[in-house]
Formats: sequence, C-alpha cells, structure tokens
Amino acid sequence: MGAGHAHRLYRHGHTPLHALPPHCKLAAVLCFVVVVVSTPREAVWAFGLYAVLLASVAAVARLPALFVLRRMLIEVPFVAFAVLMPFVAQGERVDVLGLSLSVNGLWGAWNVLAKGTLGVAASVILASTTELRALLLGLQRLKLPPLLVQIASFMIRYGDVIADEMRRMRIARESRGFQAKGVRHWGVLGKTAGALFIRSYERGERVHLAMISRGYAGTMPVIDEVTATRRQWSRALTLPLLALPICLLGWTTL
Amino acid sequence: MTDSPPPASLELSLEVSGLAYAYPDGHQALFGVDFTVRRGERVALLGPNGAGKTTLVLHLNGILTAGAGSVTVAGLPVGKAHLAEIRRRVGIVFQDPDDQLFMPTVREDVAFGPAAAGLRGPALEARVEYALSLVGMEAFADRPPHHLSFGQRRRVAVATVLAMEPEILVLDEPSSNLDPASRRELADILRSLDITVLMVTHDLPYALELCPRSLILSEGTIAADGPTADILCDEPLMTTHRLELPFGFNPKTAPA
Amino acid sequence: MHVPDGFINAPASVATAVVAAGAVAVSLRGARRELDDRTAPLAGLVAAFIFAAQMLNFPVAAGTSGHLLGGALAAILVGPYTGVLVLSVVLLMQSVLFADGGLTALGVNITIMGIVTVVVAYVLFRGLVKILPRARRSVTVAAFVAALVSVPASAAAFTFLFAVAGTTDVPVGTMLTAMVGVHILIGVGEAAITALTVGAVIAVRPDLVYGARGRLAAPLKLRVGGELVDAAPESTPEPVAARSPLKVWTVGLAASLLLAGFVSFYASASPDGLEKVAADKGFDSQAEEHSGADWLFADYGVRDLANERLSGGLAGTIGVGVTLALGSGVFWAVRSRRTNTPATAADNSHVSESV
Repeated sequence: MGAGHAHRLYRHGHTPLHALPPHCKLAAVLCFVVVVVSTPREAVWAFGLYAVLLASVAAVARLPALFVLRRMLIEVPFVAFAVLMPFVAQGERVDVLGLSLSVNGLWGAWNVLAKGTLGVAASVILASTTELRALLLGLQRLKLPPLLVQIASFMIRYGDVIADEMRRMRIARESRGFQAKGVRHWGVLGKTAGALFIRSYERGERVHLAMISRGYAGTMPVIDEVTATRRQWSRALTLPLLALPICLLGWTTL
Repeated sequence: MTDSPPPASLELSLEVSGLAYAYPDGHQALFGVDFTVRRGERVALLGPNGAGKTTLVLHLNGILTAGAGSVTVAGLPVGKAHLAEIRRRVGIVFQDPDDQLFMPTVREDVAFGPAAAGLRGPALEARVEYALSLVGMEAFADRPPHHLSFGQRRRVAVATVLAMEPEILVLDEPSSNLDPASRRELADILRSLDITVLMVTHDLPYALELCPRSLILSEGTIAADGPTADILCDEPLMTTHRLELPFGFNPKTAPA
Repeated sequence: MHVPDGFINAPASVATAVVAAGAVAVSLRGARRELDDRTAPLAGLVAAFIFAAQMLNFPVAAGTSGHLLGGALAAILVGPYTGVLVLSVVLLMQSVLFADGGLTALGVNITIMGIVTVVVAYVLFRGLVKILPRARRSVTVAAFVAALVSVPASAAAFTFLFAVAGTTDVPVGTMLTAMVGVHILIGVGEAAITALTVGAVIAVRPDLVYGARGRLAAPLKLRVGGELVDAAPESTPEPVAARSPLKVWTVGLAASLLLAGFVSFYASASPDGLEKVAADKGFDSQAEEHSGADWLFADYGVRDLANERLSGGLAGTIGVGVTLALGSGVFWAVRSRRTNTPATAADNSHVSESV
C-alpha cells in the first residue's frame, strides 16, 4: 500500500515525455484542451491536425497505439449519447441513407465526439507517462489547495487497501457459493460495502496514526525536491503553442 | 544543561495524572490513570488484553484527547497548542510495523519524520544514516520495507522514530511476532539507547529482562507500580489482573 | 454522466467553473471545522469509495447506463463541506487519470455531481434525522431518502444545464423525462447502497458518521478506590464544527441561485437560447424560486409535453432551489417546534451544535 506503487495506468519508460516535471505536463494538457474546446466545430480540418499533434506526442512517449486506444474506451457511454443526438435534435433535417437526421444534431454529435475524444486522448497520454505520486506533487506545485491534495493522496492510498480487502472478501463470498446476479443481490453487496468500508478505514486509520505520530500535518514532507527549468517548461508547452495557431486559423476561415 | 539542578518537571520525562477517556461510541476505556516516568528510566506497562494499554499510548502524543486529566511530556502539556513538538518528543513504535512503514523505500520512510519537521538536504541524510546505524539497518536503506523480514521491519520502525530524536520512546508490544533471535537483537538495541523507554507488553520475561520498573494497567487504572521482579513474584496480584508467566519461567531465578 | 470536453458551451463551462471554484473555496473554509486529524483519512476513504463506485457503469434500461454518484454518502459520512471537497477530488482525479469527464468540463461536473448531490442530500438528511425519532434506524432511512432524491436532482440539473447551454438543440422535455426517469432507477440503487453502508458503519463505528454525531455522549467516570464516580465536567470547547443549519442552507441556496443566474444569463445571450425568458421575466426574477420554475414550464413544458400537470411537475424538479426551499421549510418547521418545546430543545441542543 505504499504511496510509491506504480498504478496500472502508468507505462514505465525513459522518454523525454516521462522525464518532464509533472506540473509542466499538467499545465500543458490543460492548455491544449482549452484550445481544442474553443475551436469552432465547423473547422473540421483543425481537429485532424490536433489528432496528428497528439499522435506525435504519443510517439515521442513510445506509447503503442493499441494501448492508448484501449484506454480511450472510457468515452463509450458518451459516444452512445452522441449517436442519439442527430435523431432527437430539432431544426432543419437532412436525409442520410433513408434516415431523417437533424443537421444541428449531426454537428452537435461531431462536436462532442471530436472534442471529447481529443480531451480523452490527451489525458490518457498524461496518465500513461506520469506516476501517481508525481501527479499529486504536480497538482501541489500548481497550487491546488493542500487539503485537496491531502484528500487525493489518502484516496489513492485507500484505493490499494480497498482493492486488497475487496479481493479477500470476494474470495470469502465466492467460496461460499455466492455470485451477484442482479438487483436481488444488492442487499448483500451493500452490506459487503459497509463491512469493506469499516475494514479499510480501520486499517488506514492505523497508518494515519503512524503518520501523524511522526509529525505529518497535512502535506507530504519534501524529501526529494522537484523543480522545472525554463527549458522543460518550454518543451512541455510546445503542444498547446502548436495547437493555438490552428485554433486561430479555424476561426478566421469560418 | 545548566549547573544548578534542573526543576522537578524537567526530571520527569512523562507525567500522567487523572487521565480518563471514553470512545465516541460511549465505551469508556480509561478511568483516571496516574503515573510518572523519570528521565532515562526504562518502564514496562503490563496489563491483560483490553485493559486500555493502546488507548493510553494514543494519549501520550495527543492522538486521542483526554476526556479528563492531563499528560505532560518533559514539562510540556499535551494539547492542541504544540502538537508538533509533542509528537517529535514522544516516539511511538506501533505494534504492526506494516502500519508504520508506508513509504516506498526504507530511506524515505526514516526521512519522513525529520522532513516533516523541516530538515532538508545533507542534514536530513545524516540524520537518516545515524538512525539506521542505531538499529543496524544501514545496508537496507534503498530496499522497499515490505521486502524485509518481520524483525527487520520492526527495527526500521524503531529507526523511523529514533530519527525524530525523541524524549521518550514508547513501544507497543515490541516483542510480538518476533523469532527468538530478532527478539534478542531488539533487546540489545533498546539497551544500547540512552533514552527514556515506556514499553507496553504482556511479554513478562521481556519486561523483566529490559525494565527495572513495571506498572500494571487494569480496568482503566494503574493497579500496581514497583520493581519488575517484585511485581512478577506477587502471585495474588498477578492472578487478579489476568497476568500469567509463561510455562517454566521463574522470575526469582531468571537472570535479570 | 461525466460530461466530456465540448459538451456544454464555453460561457456556461466558465460560469460553472466559477461556481465550482467558489463552492470549493467556501468548502475549504467550512471543512476546517469538520476535518480534524482523524477525519482527513476518512475523507480520503470516502473519496476512494466513490471513485470506485463511479467507475462502474451499470446498465439501467433500454441501452442507457448510469453509475452511482456518491454525493449523499459523502455528505452523510464526512459532512457537507468535506463532501463537496471529496467529490471535487474524485472528479478531478478521474479527469486526470482516466480521462473520465473533460478537464474543461470539470466545473460542470463538480457542479452537477458534487455540489447538487451533496447539498440536496445533506439538507434532506439533516431535516429527516431531526423529524424522525432518535434511533439508528432513522439515520438509515434518512440516508436512503437523501440518496434517492439526490440522483434525479443531479440529472435534472444536468438537463437544465444542457438545455440552456448544450452545444446541440435537443428537446428538453424528452431529455428531462429520459434523464430523470433513468436516474430515479439509479437513485434506488444508490439509495440502497448508501443506506446499507451508512447503516453498517453506524452499527460499528457511529463516531465515523458525521451526520449523526453527538448522539451518544455519556458523562465520564473515574475509578476512585474501586468505586466509580462522575468526573468533573471539563470546560473544553465543543470539538467539532459548531455551525447552524441556517448557514448550510444559505450557502446551498446562494450556490444554486448563482448557478441559475449565471446559466440563464448566458442562455439568454446565446442565439438559440431562451430569448423569450429574457424578454418576459428578465433575469432579476430569478431571485424568486417559484417564478424560476414557472418560466421553464412556460417555455418548454407546453411545447414538448401535452400533459401540463406532468410537465409542470418535471419543471418543478429541475430547480435545485425548489428542493432547497422544501428542505429549508423542513428546517424552519423543526426549528420552531424545538423552540416551542424546551424539553426537547435541551435534548437536541447537542445534536444541533455538532451539525
């Protein structure tokens, strides 16, 4: 349950992207997404260029395409939503393959899909090249309030504890022939959740007692300093800086 | 230290008076605990399961707040006002080293406390090295704690606390789960330290071996206070408080 | 329901980000009183729990899926302020780690899944706990109801936001019916799990349930010569969070009004928005809850749904303010009842202090 465990989203590597300080990467991703979102949806070619930019970043980080694509499946529920849009939206309609679709809805669906997908891809690349602990340090350096960082680090620590306890309890349940099949079993699962909660809490409480006994007062002490040079900043910000002219061009060609 | 004899409060490492505590669920664990520990003493706190030993320990560095009564560490009352200093002065080694060691490497774990107190750079490195050398674990600095044996983990746990340079070392069941060799190694380490020790245990031979003085905590109060050998030989007292010597162990003949 | 980038238009994203940032700032101040050494890890645990629960999308009906929100659980276990922080952390981390919910839509997500659920659930929960008899079971029941209502409330808030600031013109009535309908089902699941979790925790560690604190305080005893005597009462200050329910209510109301104000302002500014609203009522009429519900009804209800009563009812669900008004009504009722009966007032005083 150490704070230093690599998470399964992280892909170990020694690329320039892995080496960038976490707060630079966080800032770069945020700026990039802001630029993407503010691009007009009619500038279809701009989104293509953004995708090329992200693909080259992924290539620098030596992330296999399949790895990134599989992680992007998280988006699926909203893709379903987007697919429905052309059918239910109002306004002018066009006939495509015998289906009557709303023009506005089609643009809306495209808008959500394009921007959403690019946002997801950027975050996936960030999480794949940055360790969890580094991400927290990065958020801390970006002046996220310490209390939030504290809750986040406890969340990650408890994530391990919960996963462990959950596995043990599931094994215990299944060795007695229980399998959750639907609504009828919500009761059992709910009770398990309660028991799981207390078990994890008491385990984590002891760790926390040990931490505060050694002077922990809300922030992880700095043992190894993380700083970013001007060079690292300019490297990280290359991505949003390349994206910005595309966005501006998109607005002028409307 | 000055030439004139220090005031009485500085002579005492720990002073507990009238301490009572009830858990938030209404269960009361301590009913007025009184005792003192002088600087440099090694004292054992004995008692059956559920006597309130761990609850008492958690009061010593202000993790639990007394419902009534007070705890004073080297003249400084335990309270919200100076918790950080209190926690530096009182080093608690918990029963399960896995709860105590939570950083990715031994080095970072030992550095955690001093770093939280503001130590940085070479001073921090020196402190870590010194603490690890006290428990003979210098060679393991870059290993992850969960790859060590149980006895080694307990020693690292002691080092994490020693790195804070505490006034008093509080050990909760230090000998539990240790094989005989690790047990002896830990005893040697504890004897070599020039520090006040309060050892919470129901390992009576270990108490006799390490601590000249013992206290019995029973039903939330101090039931006895005296030389360890005398207490262990007082059979009626021992039986009343559910304390039993291991089979074949005789405190009268044991080399103390 | 995690909203991705580009789903809600830019002005509304900025507006909700401002609302979310404001709510987090207020919560940071408030949480200082809720959080002590020991509740910080509890908050982390609740966050981890909700994180896990939100990652599980389960099918509900007809091809749609939903997930638990956890706002009610957070509010009840760690208090409303910390609850908002917990949800914000969860949403932030999901966005950064799993790309679940866009970074630029973080404000939207925190507003609808964090603030709305926590405020609605907590107000309802406290109200119910005060009305119901003082028993463990009441806490569980209150948790159930609070969680049940919080989910459709959040869905309604989402629909509302999408209606006025979505990037696509989808008929609101249809969407509201679908969203609220689906989320009532999810709400039942959420309610069951919340109630069972809270019930299990309160049975073993009642001190961990923030919403029910201060219900079990017995005087300390000292053992003197084998006899138990009462300890002298210490003049220690109340350890946790002395705060009036009025304040919680005010903050919640202010947040929802701010949101309603912002969103309708931008809506009226956008070309495909609610010009009619701006002309008819103006945005100052937002100050009054009922007219707020009325204009929605007037603009959308008649257009999309023939059944006036139904659409009126749905429009009513939309306003977070309405729920708040209801909740606050409950509070006022309880407050006046308490002041009328001094005997119960003394009995309850401890509870209200630790609210």
